[in-house]
Amino acid sequence: MRAGIVIFPGTNRERDMAIALRRSTGHAPRMIWHRETELLDLDLVVLPGGFSHGDYLRCGAMAAHSPAMSAVKKFAARGGYVLGVCNGFQILTEAGLLPGALLRNASLRFLAGDCHLRVERSDTAFTGHYQRGEVFRAVMAHGDGNFFADDATLDRLEGDGLVAFRYATPSGEVSEAANRNGSARHIAGIFSPNRRVLGLMPHPENFVDPLLGGEDGKPLFDSLAALAA
Amino acid sequence: MKATVTVMPKDGVLDPQGKAIGHALAGLGFSGVAEVRAGKVIVLDLAELDADRARAQAEAMARRLLANTVIESFRVQVEG
Repeated sequence: MRAGIVIFPGTNRERDMAIALRRSTGHAPRMIWHRETELLDLDLVVLPGGFSHGDYLRCGAMAAHSPAMSAVKKFAARGGYVLGVCNGFQILTEAGLLPGALLRNASLRFLAGDCHLRVERSDTAFTGHYQRGEVFRAVMAHGDGNFFADDATLDRLEGDGLVAFRYATPSGEVSEAANRNGSARHIAGIFSPNRRVLGLMPHPENFVDPLLGGEDGKPLFDSLAALAA
Repeated sequence: MKATVTVMPKDGVLDPQGKAIGHALAGLGFSGVAEVRAGKVIVLDLAELDADRARAQAEAMARRLLANTVIESFRVQVEG
């Protein structure tokens, strides 16, 4: 499984993501500068977290129009796997690869801390090493993670089984209290229609090493590592 | 031409920033403020001298980048 990580000016989570990918796949991912356009040798492209272009205008708005994102769009259209975490999720929505938008957190506060995600389906390339309904811990660190889409889009996402993760309590209850950023229908992550593009706000890559508090996020990377090379 | 693009959160889209400003105004003793919406204004100095073409350019820019039409609406004003 050959993975690449796109780095924009202001990206700051690429090294954590590289460690997570290397731990699961056994290979160091290729680091791709945002001006690069060649992704042909890759199976997976990751857009990591950070503050691309200083979050100017809207989070992810500038990065969505970068040369690398033009290549990522073609890559996704060919059926390539794309993972966007945090700012990466924002970039995927701004680029039109995933529907909806990420608004300012309903509380207006930057949220930093653990959250729990309920896995909505386990029959995808990203979630195969989780069980459906399983709850895992991840870290949220965002000011703009309040998922928004119109009702028709939300109905379609739910009806087509494209909700990947929802904010939940540690016991798996989806509740307003667990939905700290105010996301529509408690949505923390969504898939594209072919389930090969995943965007989520919390950081699974923070929990891939017991030394750093747990391995809750590792099954996501193990799932991807299991993809045929 | 100068084009002014005003970008606002769409009706029905949560505007926590506007809400916070409203709360702050109430805290300062300004009563009677029913709702506050906060957006942004982007001013473009365009080489184009024709008003209609300048407007068309600014609208294209707004659709492509300046506004996210999933959550925002925009308005373009052009002056010479």
